[in-house]
Amino acid sequence: MSVETVSLGPARPLPPGHYGPLGQLRSEWTKMRTVRSTLWTLVATIIAVVGIGAVATAVTAARWRSGGIVDHIGFDPTARSLAGVFLGQIVIGVLGVLVMSAEYGTGTIRATLSAVPNRPLVLACKAAVFAVVAFVASEILTFGAFFLGQALLRGSTPYATITQPGVARAVAGAGLVLTVLGLFAMGLAAIIRHTAGALTTYVGLLLVLPLILQAFPVSFQHQVIKFMPLVIGEHMAATNPHVHDFGGGALLSPWIGFGFLCAYAAVALVVGGILMYRRDA
Amino acid sequence: MIEAHGLTKRYGKTLAVDSLSFEVRPSQVTGFLGPNGSGKSTTMRVIMGLDLPDGGSATINGRPYRDLPWPLHEVGALLEAKAIHPGRTAFNHLWMLAQTHGIRRSRVDEVLDLVGLSEVAGRRAGKFSLGMGQRLGIAAALLGDPSVLLFDEPVNGLDPEGILWVRTLLRHLAGEGRTIFVSSHLMSEMALTADHVVVIGRGRLIADRPVAELVAGSSRRFVKVRTPQPEVLTPVVVGAGATVAPGTDGSLTVTGLSAEAIGDLAGEHGVRLHELTPLQASLEEAFMDLTRDSLEFGGQGVARSEAGGGAVASPAQEGAAR
Ligand SMILES: Nc1ncnc2c1ncn2[C@@H]1O[C@H](COP(=O)(O)OP(=O)(O)OP(=O)(O)O)[C@@H](O)[C@H]1O
Ligand SMILES: [Mg+2]
Repeated sequence: MSVETVSLGPARPLPPGHYGPLGQLRSEWTKMRTVRSTLWTLVATIIAVVGIGAVATAVTAARWRSGGIVDHIGFDPTARSLAGVFLGQIVIGVLGVLVMSAEYGTGTIRATLSAVPNRPLVLACKAAVFAVVAFVASEILTFGAFFLGQALLRGSTPYATITQPGVARAVAGAGLVLTVLGLFAMGLAAIIRHTAGALTTYVGLLLVLPLILQAFPVSFQHQVIKFMPLVIGEHMAATNPHVHDFGGGALLSPWIGFGFLCAYAAVALVVGGILMYRRDA
Repeated sequence: MIEAHGLTKRYGKTLAVDSLSFEVRPSQVTGFLGPNGSGKSTTMRVIMGLDLPDGGSATINGRPYRDLPWPLHEVGALLEAKAIHPGRTAFNHLWMLAQTHGIRRSRVDEVLDLVGLSEVAGRRAGKFSLGMGQRLGIAAALLGDPSVLLFDEPVNGLDPEGILWVRTLLRHLAGEGRTIFVSSHLMSEMALTADHVVVIGRGRLIADRPVAELVAGSSRRFVKVRTPQPEVLTPVVVGAGATVAPGTDGSLTVTGLSAEAIGDLAGEHGVRLHELTPLQASLEEAFMDLTRDSLEFGGQGVARSEAGGGAVASPAQEGAAR
């Protein structure tokens, strides 16, 4: 501890080149894996996606025989097993928000930006690391929920196999939706910088906006509802589009809808990046 | 080397830093002094590229912070506000910073050892005491072995041992040829640590000079006199052009005459003296003289009475201080 015993030596000449994305990606990965909130939100996502999917399919299987013909028409076993994606969207949003807002909440952002003053680079690397983690986790979870759900349905109800038309798209697509919504939440957090504020905004845009929409004329609702993230996500996680036809208003095809989601996330991240560049840290 | 040219920073209506220009040179400790709210922390954040100036510029080794190729190898900083996630361990906090610069793991262990945190490296920073948190911040600043170091009130919340440790560290780092810029609002602390001081008030530069000069340049010199016959001595020295103020301990504070002159006068009039001590305004007083006009919260009355009270030091103490 004595200063004299540990010589720091005079400052050395600078190494060639300059800092860059590789080091920053490593750093962001370390940051992400070394706080507990990451693990807890991922556990919560497992419970949401796989847990709720299992409960939903188990309940359906148990009640199938006593159910009426109305319940059986248009039954989408894939969508049923992905019922937890709805809540999963909220939980992955929490992770997306926390990864960004915790930097501001704890002041770590000052250490981060002192090491790497290129702010767009910091945000891009953070988003990239988050995207990889969220994508891998989401795909494992949606496929897990699908296979578990179908196993629970089998024998009691019609069930889906991954090779049937639209099924692989629905399962993989649901994972992509989760990933992109997480990025959207992260962009909001870069804009808002406070955990509570960013979470409220995210949940508001996801859940409350469709409710507010109900105050408007039905014709307007039909024009706008298809752009809601929640509707896009639900549509992606289904193989049978008719079930989720909102009052006859044409929905976007799953991939077009997904394109809109990506655009929302991109806008949030770009605005967040511009603000980050311009504002005091 | 740190250079500020006409640095200006506003927060809404508050003018936190007002066309501030100064240089911080290598191989010495430069103290950055100013009353509360005078803009020290703001200036440091602007130098670090964290806050963006409204006018002027700040450079480190000739470059704005954003243009540094390897920031951690050039600058290290311990800023006022905490910059550590409470849930992350001390090691991981340093490791994630090290990775941005390809700094090896052994260097992380080295700086942890240097600040005396090796044993708690695996503990979460949220559980750290104030002093340990401060040490972790210093470890982060030293991580890249930078030639320029900024410390914003590094001894805040430290115990006497910790304060001594920081003081020694700063001197040691300056001795290695590094540029050390350290803020404080305690002049006495700077007297023990700094070679040079930059003094600001209300965001403006007030003084930029060596500590020794600041002390010597202080206009106020006086003599403490203790005598059993104050009623005889007082009119004599007042008659010779001095002013006399009774001290709290029964002594007299005489301004305007040297100790020799007072002693001679006392001898001529047969006044017995028990003490005759030449005094100089302390650094704290020199500081308050400088910043009085720029006090943020109009506490002038308080500042003056404190200055007139216990804030005088003997020449012997001043000598030790340097
Ligand atoms: N982020 C901010 N937003 C708004 N005002 C600020 C901000 N940071 C500082 N200020 C204001 O700028 C002025 C300078 O503050 P600063 O913290 O730089 O002073 P300081 O010299 O470090 O004071 P102290 O000795 O108390 O640490 C103060 O009036 C303060 O209220
Ligand atoms: Mg301050």
